[in-house]
Amino acid sequence: MADQPIVQVKDLAVGYGSTVILKDINFDVRAGEILTILGGSGSGKSTLLKHMIGLHRPLSGSIVIDGTDIVTAQGQQWLDVLRKIGVAYQSGALFGSMTILSNVALVLEEFTDLPREAIEVIAQMKLKAVGLQAAAYKMPSELSGGMRKRAAIARALALDPKILFLDEPSAGLDPITSAQLDELVLELSRSLGITFVIVTHELPSIFAVADRAIMVDRESKTIVADGRPKDLRDKSEHPMVRQFFNRRLEKVDA
Amino acid sequence: MEDTEQATYRLETGQGAQATLTLKGRLDHDGTASLWRPCMRELRALRPKQLTVQVGQVEYCDGAGIALLMEIQRIQADSGGRAEIRDLRPQFRQLMALFEIDHQVLPPKPLGPLANAIHNIGRWAAGLFFDFTAQVSFIGEICVKLLKTLFHPASLRRSDTFLMAEKAGVNAVGITALLGFLIGLILAFQSAAAMQKFGAEIFVADLVAIALFRELGPLITALVLASRSGSAFAAELGTMKVNEEVDALVTMGLDPVQFLVLPRLIAAVCMLPLLTMFNLLFGLIGCGVVMTTWDVPISTYIERVSEAATLGDVVGGLAKTFVFGTLIAGIGCLRGLQTGTGPSAVGDSATRAVVSGIIAIVVADGIFAVVYYFLGI
Ligand SMILES: Nc1ncnc2c1ncn2[C@@H]1O[C@H](COP(=O)(O)OP(=O)(O)O)[C@@H](O)[C@H]1O
Ligand SMILES: [Mg+2]
Repeated sequence: MADQPIVQVKDLAVGYGSTVILKDINFDVRAGEILTILGGSGSGKSTLLKHMIGLHRPLSGSIVIDGTDIVTAQGQQWLDVLRKIGVAYQSGALFGSMTILSNVALVLEEFTDLPREAIEVIAQMKLKAVGLQAAAYKMPSELSGGMRKRAAIARALALDPKILFLDEPSAGLDPITSAQLDELVLELSRSLGITFVIVTHELPSIFAVADRAIMVDRESKTIVADGRPKDLRDKSEHPMVRQFFNRRLEKVDA
Repeated sequence: MEDTEQATYRLETGQGAQATLTLKGRLDHDGTASLWRPCMRELRALRPKQLTVQVGQVEYCDGAGIALLMEIQRIQADSGGRAEIRDLRPQFRQLMALFEIDHQVLPPKPLGPLANAIHNIGRWAAGLFFDFTAQVSFIGEICVKLLKTLFHPASLRRSDTFLMAEKAGVNAVGITALLGFLIGLILAFQSAAAMQKFGAEIFVADLVAIALFRELGPLITALVLASRSGSAFAAELGTMKVNEEVDALVTMGLDPVQFLVLPRLIAAVCMLPLLTMFNLLFGLIGCGVVMTTWDVPISTYIERVSEAATLGDVVGGLAKTFVFGTLIAGIGCLRGLQTGTGPSAVGDSATRAVVSGIIAIVVADGIFAVVYYFLGI
């Protein structure tokens, strides 16, 4: 079962209007896998992620999530797919007029029949899991950037999704918080079997959590590397991939 | 993997104060939702000393299921009993450790409605006081910097000032003129009702001219400026505040008051008297249109107006607009700089700018009325 792909991306081309950002994208994500999407700034990582969760229509190609093609899915089918995925956006995207707890509780109220007290307990639990229990009744504007990112993950976890998409979760966080976040990802993956698709730059994070990494490139507008992070670092032929892993690695080692 | 077995529970009492709660099936969101309420109700009614929760036959459990188990533990702890969860599968046990709420860390809940209301009244009163002191000190700051600018005119950002003058002044000519025309027209018709009884239509000109020059012209134009530009100033500066642009100015050594507030203030103060003149002109035209329908010759009307309204009326009215302009721009900018955080903050600032601007205008107008009365203007 671990080998069965839960996300299949086939011949995908994405872009805005007539501008192609990425093309010829082909990859699978196996259930339970932690996949990271790497690439330089502006290479289209967020764009790819937003297409994978169906926010934008691709120029061509298909994206199948757990058996449903989200490019063509409509109505109930579409809502069913959405219940299987959770997304934490790059900037957090918390609703500013609600407390952190209400942010997490919102989807539970809208999509389940759980009584109020149960929703409260569940929301508290999710906040506990990301270490934000004490901030439950704060407003998003009262939190630091790192706390907002964690709150966004708690909100994405609300409905116990099968797949979690994270856009640069550890960017702008201190190394300790960032490591805790990695630990959280591993723990969720281990105990819940959640599949992760993570956009990230952080090399320590990549080596800590990723089963596999794919790298997109702005010049060639497609995937230039696909494999285990260690293999990419040590064996990749592609100069940009080596640069990414090694130049940054030297800095990290120093 | 897809198992359709329903989530069920059974609560059995043993000897003494013992009880066993057996949970089965899929404890996902839907399953848990179906049994949460009845299960909790029964448990609360029974209040067993020792509860064994048998979960060996739970084959799936997500966040909702864990929440159920934790709530059971909490209820037991609250009623002085004990709860033991048996045979939880290892992967779910891990989940439970991850999600375990620490009841010691729970933040205090928000206040109840009554306490909240009292809390709010206190905050409101304190806020009113601080707001007043903030306005006074802000006006003082503006005055000092305005004086400095008078001595060093080069320090003023001239292009910004002209841009603001265009936005707040030139672009508002249309609406001010329209309002003036309609007010003149309406006033003429309203006063005619009384005047015609005495066959004294010609005196409508006196009435309308004096009302417009002394009160209505300056007041209406100030209201237009407050709602068009006071809110715009607050929104502009508020957005800059939210984007940390104001902080950037400060750290670059640029004074936000000098850089942002003064151009707007000077533009508003210069534009409001001019706008008021437009307003007055069109008010007189509006009144004139009505008078001509009663066959009063234009020349007679103009003569009547120039006889009725003294220079004191005109100057007294226009003098007020300098004060109104200062108040509108000052309050608008102050509200902008006071903008808090969050998505609605800018909108709130704009609203507050208009509301406090209008209040300030009306209060100032009242003070002028009293002062003019004693000065005999
Ligand atoms: N909404 C949009 N409309 C048009 N172009 C966009 C939009 N969002 C991003 N882009 C462009 O797409 C490219 C990739 O952006 P993005 O996916 O955000 O990069 P990354 O997340 O890898 O830094 C950039 O060149 C950016 O200018
Ligand atoms: Mg991005």
